[in-house]
Amino acid sequence: MEHFFDCMGQGGFQLFFQQLVNGLAKGSIYSLIALGYTMVYGIVELINFAHGDIFMLGSFIALLLLNILGVTGLIQGGLLNIIAILLAVMFGTMLLTGLLGVAVERIAYKPLRGAPKLAPLISAIGMSFILQNVGQIWRGPAPISFPTIFKNQFYDVFGVRIGLKSLIVFFSCVIIMVGLTLFVQRSKVGKAMRATAQDYDTSSMMGINVNNTITLTFFIGTLLAGAAGLIYGVYIGSVQFVQGYQAGLKAFTAAVLGGIGNIPGAMFGGLIIGLVEAMSDQYGTCFGLGIQWTNAIVFAVLILILVFRPSGLFGTQVTEKA
Amino acid sequence: MSTAVPKSGALRKRTAPPNNTSGTPTGKRGTMFSRSLIMSGLLLLFVLIIPLIDLSSLGLYPAPLVSTLGDTGVYVILALGLNIVVGYAGLLDLGYAAFFAIGSYTYALLASPQFGIHLSFWLLIVIASLVAAFFGMLLGAPTLRLRGDYLAIVTLGFGEIVPTFFLNADSITGGTNGVSGVDTPILGIPGTTTGFNFSLGGTNPYPYYYLILAMVLVAIFVISRLRDSRIGRAWMAIREDELAAAAMGIDTVRTKLMAFAMGAAFSGFAGCVYSSKLGFIGPGQFDFNVSVFILCMIILGGVGTIRGVILGAVVLYMLQSYVLTRLPSWIHDFGVSTNIGFLKTTDFSGIRYLIYGVALVAMMIIRPEGLLPGERQKAELHPESLDQARRESNVELYDETVLDRQDPSTRGGQEG
Repeated sequence: MEHFFDCMGQGGFQLFFQQLVNGLAKGSIYSLIALGYTMVYGIVELINFAHGDIFMLGSFIALLLLNILGVTGLIQGGLLNIIAILLAVMFGTMLLTGLLGVAVERIAYKPLRGAPKLAPLISAIGMSFILQNVGQIWRGPAPISFPTIFKNQFYDVFGVRIGLKSLIVFFSCVIIMVGLTLFVQRSKVGKAMRATAQDYDTSSMMGINVNNTITLTFFIGTLLAGAAGLIYGVYIGSVQFVQGYQAGLKAFTAAVLGGIGNIPGAMFGGLIIGLVEAMSDQYGTCFGLGIQWTNAIVFAVLILILVFRPSGLFGTQVTEKA
Repeated sequence: MSTAVPKSGALRKRTAPPNNTSGTPTGKRGTMFSRSLIMSGLLLLFVLIIPLIDLSSLGLYPAPLVSTLGDTGVYVILALGLNIVVGYAGLLDLGYAAFFAIGSYTYALLASPQFGIHLSFWLLIVIASLVAAFFGMLLGAPTLRLRGDYLAIVTLGFGEIVPTFFLNADSITGGTNGVSGVDTPILGIPGTTTGFNFSLGGTNPYPYYYLILAMVLVAIFVISRLRDSRIGRAWMAIREDELAAAAMGIDTVRTKLMAFAMGAAFSGFAGCVYSSKLGFIGPGQFDFNVSVFILCMIILGGVGTIRGVILGAVVLYMLQSYVLTRLPSWIHDFGVSTNIGFLKTTDFSGIRYLIYGVALVAMMIIRPEGLLPGERQKAELHPESLDQARRESNVELYDETVLDRQDPSTRGGQEG
C-alpha cells in the first residue's frame, strides 16, 4: 500500500499537471477527428470507418505541401513567416482532405442511401482498406519523420514544464472547434445541417437541399480530419500509414463517449480519452498495469461510462424504436 | 355480427404459419421443399468430393487448397455464430473476434505443454463453447440495454481489451510468443493406443477438412433448429421491433443475452477447432480486423439467412486467403505467357488490400442486400418483390409490417 502511494506521489503535482497538459494536447487532436465521426453520424447514421484513414492521408498531404513549399526543417524568418506558412499548409490540407471526403461519400456511401443500415458500414470498411493501402503505396510502410517546423520551447509555470508545442496544438484545435461551433449554430448552412440531421423530409419541404447538405457535412467533417492530420504530424513528429487506424478508433470512441451525433460531446469525449490515456501512461504502473495496458484501460473506462450513461455523456436518452 | 366473419378470416390469413415467410405459394411448397433438399444434397456431395479432385492443372494444388478450405470451414462457423447476434437478434457486434480468441486460448491453454495439461479435444470443445458463452453473458449483462450503435462500440472495446489481455498477461498466455505445441485431436478412446491421430495442420490436410465439414454441418443443424425455435422467433421479433416484442411478452434482455451467449458459444467452438489445427495461438490473430472480416462475410452474403452467410464466408475467405495471395503471381504468369511487359515487371502484392477494399465497396453497391438475401431483406430494398410474391401466391403474407416499417418517410422522424 505504501508502495502504491509512493508510486502515485512520484513527481508530485508538477508531473501530474505535465501529464494533464500532454493529455489535453493529444485529446484535442482526438476531438478534431471525433467531430468528423459525430457530424457524419448525426446526419446519415453511418459510422464512417474511412474517417481515420482520411486523417492519415491528411498528415501525408500536409507533408507533401510542406515539401512543395520547400520546408524540411525549422522555418526561417520571424514569427509571421511561420504563421503564414502554417496557415497556408493547413488550409491547403483541409481543402484537399475535404474534397477527398466528398469523393469517398460520392463513391461509397451515396449509392447506398436507403439501403439496409449495415451495407454502408461494410462499404465504409472497404473504403478504409482502400485509403490505407493508398497511403502505404504512396509513402511506404515505414514511419516518415515530419519536419520540426518551429523550436519547441518550454515554459516553467510553478515548476510545471509546459511545451510550446502542446500549447500551440491545444489552442489551434480549440480555435478550430470554436469556429465550427459558431458555423453550425449561427450560419444558415449550419442550421440546414442541424435540420437535416433531425428529419430529411421535413427539411426538404423547408427548401433545404438534403443531398447537398449531406455532402457539405462530409466536406466539413473530413476537412477537420485534415487539420488534425497536420497538427498530429507537428505534435508527434512522425507519420505512418497505420496511424489512422489507432487514432480513428480512439476518436470514434471519443465521439460515442460524448454521445454520438453531439458536437460538444465529441470535443469533450476527445479530451477525456486524451486525459485517460496520459494518466494511464503515467500512473498505470502503480496498479500493476504498464503502458501496454493503456488501450485496454481506455476502452474499459468507455464501457464503464456507457453502463452508467447509456447514451454517452452529452447524448439525449433515445428510446429504442426499431 | 355479419362483419365479424371476414375479419376473422383475414386474421387467420395473417397469422399463417411462419414456414410461409419465404413467399412460396402454399400449393407448391412440397415441390420447392424437395428441390431445395436436392440442391443441399448436391452441395454436400460437392464439398465431400472437392478435396479429391485434382485441380493442379489450374494452378490449384490440392494440399494448400484443402487446408484453406478447412480454414474456410472455421470461418463459416464463426459467421454462422455472428449471424445469430447480428442477423437474428439485430445487435451490431464489432468485437466478435474476442470470443474467438477466448475459445482458442481456452483450448490452447488446456491442451498444450504451456501448463502441461492435455485434456481431450472433444471435452474441450464443450468447455471452450461454455467459457466463451459465459464471457458473452458477462459482456452482455450490463451493456445490452444500450441502443444500437452504443452497443456496437462497447463490443468493439471488448474486442480490443481481450487481445490486449492475452498479449500482456505473459505469465499465463505466453505474451507475444503465444502458445505453441497445441495438441491435435485424437479420434478414439483417450488414454489408450486405440486412437487415430488426425495429424492436423501438417502435411495431410484431408482428415482436418472432413472434421471441420462435420462440425459445420452440426452448426448448421443446431442454428437452423434454433432459428425456428421459440427463442429464434423471439430474436427476430426483437430485431424487427423491440418495443412490440416486449409488449408481446418477450423478455427482451434475457432474449438478447441468449443471442450473445449463443453467438459467443459458436465462436468458442470455432476457436477450439482453429487452435487445434494451427497448433499455435498468438494475440495478433484476433484483432479488430478479424471481427470486421467476419461481419463483412455475413453482410456480404445476406444477413439473417444461413445459406447467404455460408456463401459470404466462403467467398470472402477464399478471396482473401487464396485468390488475393496468389493473384500477384497469376498476373505475373499471365504477363509472361502473353508477353505484356508491365504485367511481368510490376509487383501487385502491394495492392492486395486495395483490391479487397474495392471488392467490398463494389459488392455493396451492386447488391446492398447481400448475395443471397432473405425475403425480408429483399423486401426492405425492393418492396415490389414482396407484392409480386403476394400476387403470385394469392395469399396474404403474414409479414405485412415489413412494408410499413421500411417506408423511409416514417423512419426519418423516429430516428432523427
